[in-house]
Amino acid sequence: MTWSEMQPLLSQGTVDTLYMVLWSTLVTVVGGLPLGILLVLTDKGGLLQNTVVNKVVGVVVNIGRSLPFIILLIALIPFTTWVVGTFIGPSAMIVPLAIGAIPFFARLVETAVREVDHGLVEAVQSMGGSVPTIVRKVLLPQALPSLVSGVTTTVIVLIGYSAMAGAVGGEGLGSKAVTYGFQRFDNQFMLITVVLLVVIVTVVQLIGDVAVRLLARRGRTTS
Amino acid sequence: MPRARRTPRRALDSDGNPVITTSGLTKVYQSRGREVTALDGVDLHVREGEVYGVIGQSGAGKSSLIRCVNLLERPTSGTVTVDGQDLTALAGRGRRAGKELRRARSRIGMVFQHFNLLDSRTVRDNVELPLEILGISGQARTRKALELLDLVGLADKAKSYPGQLSGGQKQRVGIARALAGDPKVLLSDEATSALDPETTRSILQLLRDLNQELGLTVLLITHEMDVVKTVCDSAALMKKGRVVESGTVGALLATPGSELAHELFPVGGTASGPGATVVDVTFHGETAARPVISQLSRTYNIDISILGAAMDTVGGKQIGRMRIELPGRFEENVVPIGFLREQGLQAEIVDGGPATAEIPAQTPAAITEEVAK
Repeated sequence: MTWSEMQPLLSQGTVDTLYMVLWSTLVTVVGGLPLGILLVLTDKGGLLQNTVVNKVVGVVVNIGRSLPFIILLIALIPFTTWVVGTFIGPSAMIVPLAIGAIPFFARLVETAVREVDHGLVEAVQSMGGSVPTIVRKVLLPQALPSLVSGVTTTVIVLIGYSAMAGAVGGEGLGSKAVTYGFQRFDNQFMLITVVLLVVIVTVVQLIGDVAVRLLARRGRTTS
Repeated sequence: MPRARRTPRRALDSDGNPVITTSGLTKVYQSRGREVTALDGVDLHVREGEVYGVIGQSGAGKSSLIRCVNLLERPTSGTVTVDGQDLTALAGRGRRAGKELRRARSRIGMVFQHFNLLDSRTVRDNVELPLEILGISGQARTRKALELLDLVGLADKAKSYPGQLSGGQKQRVGIARALAGDPKVLLSDEATSALDPETTRSILQLLRDLNQELGLTVLLITHEMDVVKTVCDSAALMKKGRVVESGTVGALLATPGSELAHELFPVGGTASGPGATVVDVTFHGETAARPVISQLSRTYNIDISILGAAMDTVGGKQIGRMRIELPGRFEENVVPIGFLREQGLQAEIVDGGPATAEIPAQTPAAITEEVAK
């Protein structure tokens, strides 16, 4: 393949990958954040201690985490078809990607929120703050740097998953690499897609790290 | 100190409006199948406008006690009444604090040993937090927060972050924040324990000022006797989940055998030999200013040696204790001791003769020693 042949494939692939990752990240955060917080709140000694809810959510999350993504991808085909109308294409892929990443992100959220100093929670309780207030004004703002770091990790995992999704009818760089690089034995094309993926992951990590550093430095600067 | 003797619980002062009352407060924790009793029937009466110190060693239950007052900790049994409101009745059954309990809490300020400020918020925003919870809108909130910061002497730090402040400054922010809901009562959970002595003094001074200027009732717990000495009107001593002594500092000092009095004003020294009487004399109020000892010496023509003494100002009043030695056995000193008591002083016989009904024994151990001789 010449560069002029490769170029549209690569740019289309990149756009599709970014599209899938962006939207599935969004859905993952929307779904995983409350789940992670729920795990902390309902845990023993938590503000909304509830063993049943905690165990059920915990088990569901663990099942979600222990399934290999490729299996999940296939198992979810009927569900994806029901939600999106098809199981092929970048839009359809958002469903399995998000469902695969939500349990993962929920655990990251759980760890981040658990690390918030309990004294702060007590302080707000002593002011008469309700549980939603505590979540909004203490847990989330205080855990923000760790949460952002968790989002970064999740985005990178999703980039990896999205490449896998290429094997089952998704689009994106992964699918292009499989179709052109692997099935047509075009090593050069394969190499370029790999480099592109590495570049994307590196940039994401960089942005994440900078954001975390900026957030963590809040209040510690001597201005 | 005597160990075997059970110190009776005392309620020495009952005038004044009680603003915090706990009765029969009990807290039992379940820890690995075992039951640990942190509070064992605590009755506390904090009167309006006073600074009340609860002192005890770690594990005595004082932290559980203060956390039960605003129900951060649910008591196992007993009641807590703050400003006429029975908080235990508001608590409900679940772990979640209902609306009414939360509203009641917002009228009780609390400061913490480790300040518990949100490091992601500026000083001003930290003080605004309770106001946000109270639903006060933007401008009024900011105005109030700045007022409070001014009150604690940190007006210039409004835009700083807690991470940029010293420990003492952080605690001032904590105090400003605790005052945001215009509380009648301030709970202080070891507020000065993480601070150096000088900063401790300045924070205690601030609490004292607020107590006097705003009529704020302060309930503080501490393990430092100095805190009680510097700032408290009343004190309670906790041991193993029980209040073993309580009352105004003056009344405690006037109580024979009071452990708190002894801790507050430790006087040491033993008799120079047999045939001498050792007496602990407690001065408070105006008696502290009178030359009683030299009067005693002149009137009865006896030589008095001072074995130990401690003098201080407690709650603005001069208070002190002195351990003196009078020549001769107790029987020979009945009249001089009577003279001391006539002067309005507290005189306790430490060493010198068998305890009689009207002269309570201060230290049985010392007396046993004497008898053995």
